[in-house]
Amino acid sequence: MSLRGARRSKILQGRRGNLLYVQKTLDCHALLRMARNDKIAMELTNLTIKPAHEGLKNKEFTSVDLTKAYLEKIRKSDLNSFISVTENLALAQAIRADARIALSEVEGHDFPELCGIPCSIKDAILVEGEKCTAGSKILENYIAPYDATVIKKLKEQGAVILGKTNTDEFTMGSSTENSAFGVTKNPHDKTRVAGGSSGGSAACVAANEACFSLGSDTGGSIRQPASFCGVVGLCPTYGAVSRYGLIAHASSLDQIGPFTKNVEDARIVFDAISGRDSLDATSVEPEIRNSKFEIRNLRIGVPKEYFSKGVDPEVEKIIRNVIKKAKDAGAEIVEISLPSSEYALACYFVIDPSEISANLARFDGIKYGLSEPAENLLDVYLKSRGRGFGSEAKRRIMLGTYCLSSGYYDAYYKKAQEVRELIRQEFAEAFKKVDLLFCPVSPFPAFKIGEKADDPMAMYLADIYTIPMKLAGLPGLSLPAGKTNEGLPVGLQIIGNHFEENKILDIAQELEKVL
Amino acid sequence: MISEEEVGHIAKLARLELTDKEIEKMQKDLSIILNYFNLLQKASGKKSAGLHKTVQSRGLNGLRKDEVIPQKKETAQKIIAASPNKKDDYIKVKSIL
Repeated sequence: MSLRGARRSKILQGRRGNLLYVQKTLDCHALLRMARNDKIAMELTNLTIKPAHEGLKNKEFTSVDLTKAYLEKIRKSDLNSFISVTENLALAQAIRADARIALSEVEGHDFPELCGIPCSIKDAILVEGEKCTAGSKILENYIAPYDATVIKKLKEQGAVILGKTNTDEFTMGSSTENSAFGVTKNPHDKTRVAGGSSGGSAACVAANEACFSLGSDTGGSIRQPASFCGVVGLCPTYGAVSRYGLIAHASSLDQIGPFTKNVEDARIVFDAISGRDSLDATSVEPEIRNSKFEIRNLRIGVPKEYFSKGVDPEVEKIIRNVIKKAKDAGAEIVEISLPSSEYALACYFVIDPSEISANLARFDGIKYGLSEPAENLLDVYLKSRGRGFGSEAKRRIMLGTYCLSSGYYDAYYKKAQEVRELIRQEFAEAFKKVDLLFCPVSPFPAFKIGEKADDPMAMYLADIYTIPMKLAGLPGLSLPAGKTNEGLPVGLQIIGNHFEENKILDIAQELEKVL
Repeated sequence: MISEEEVGHIAKLARLELTDKEIEKMQKDLSIILNYFNLLQKASGKKSAGLHKTVQSRGLNGLRKDEVIPQKKETAQKIIAASPNKKDDYIKVKSIL
């Protein structure tokens, strides 16, 4: 090799080296940028409503940034908390929210607190133009023709809808194992359930896949998954929030409520969705109350029936510890008795399936949803319903039909209504003596996937502490109270008198600071 | 245990076609649950007020006037579009007689 040749080769090597160096630096920058983006995305999805609102106001980020960060989180997730992701809707809403925010600045006024905030919706609540399956094969391809009233209210505020969350079929269940679209995994332990029926809503808020979520509670379907996933879940008073556009499960019990990362957010969302709606005859306008409640001025009732032999010792310890903290903060703790709670589960499982058997009659293969071809009308009904419904829906339709059938009505349905009245009166008596009730949400923390799937009675017991107050139409909140040794969250249930959500939220917010 | 015939009768009332396997499982499950319901017989029970008290106690008459509320045409069209079997603006149903 000539000298010149050698020099040229060296130069080339040098250039190549430089190029490699440049390439490496670029990679490094790209990595750094990606890492920074990931970190920003992570920080964005960590935000609760108020800080996110402030960030939007101060132009630290846009609603599109927030929305994309959540969509990315959802894409990477393996929890199965969503049945469908409404990406196009979300991005369109985020762009509109950003425009509204910009306009509000020009015009010099505030924009609504939920404007530009990404949320998720249980797939039993209708969002116009989007699929709504209620977790059932019978509605697999059903497109909602209108918005539920709660959705209309969220849209008016400018909230962004990321997707529809997983639920047990027609919201019947305590684990989302009854969903036709697979089980939702618990973000704290993926071998365990997220609870149910609103398991998708609870899991996605716990895993920062949405800033908040709307779920529904018939026997415990907001509070129990909130407890299992370690988020705040509020089941409002019967009548506080319109159910128009919620696919009916049991109409004398169904109620819509929020899942949030803290108590402050639960209040913001509750205020946004509550109120009288002419399309739900049971809804009422809340009375405006400005009173502020503090733990030190309250009498807190602890119903002894909720600490019976069925409760997990670790759960009991965590709940007793919160009660002690409330006492330290100056509350008067009063042990009370609600003896009829013993009958609540049986009472519920007569009333709930009875109402289901009527409400689910609408799924007949004629009006919407799955339709099986058949020779005559009766066969269309039989086959469409036989193929479309899953085992729990069938079980409850059968139970309800049995309880309402000739010869059994008095023994089951009528008797259950009488017991329901008894339970209601017991709570009314209790609230003459105390301001709030404290008890566990569920007797045990999140259980293993599959553990109770084949034993309906064992599954029903997961709701034994959330059902009694539901029969009385009372509001209840699940507040993360601690974790077991295995790291599983445990929720404290705070029950208030009718339409006393404010009192519950004030006290929960005060307790949140010391837990 | 609740009989196979009884399950069949209830399934017919409920308009559900069940497989033999489902009937068998239903016999077992319903029997356990119905047995649990016997607990209710121990409760004394109060005369039911019928309507839900929380709403009543607010002194509201929840019922609206029985009148037609006009809806957007698109909503009606979407509702018809959701039907599996339709013709023009009508939902098609198998002949009954």
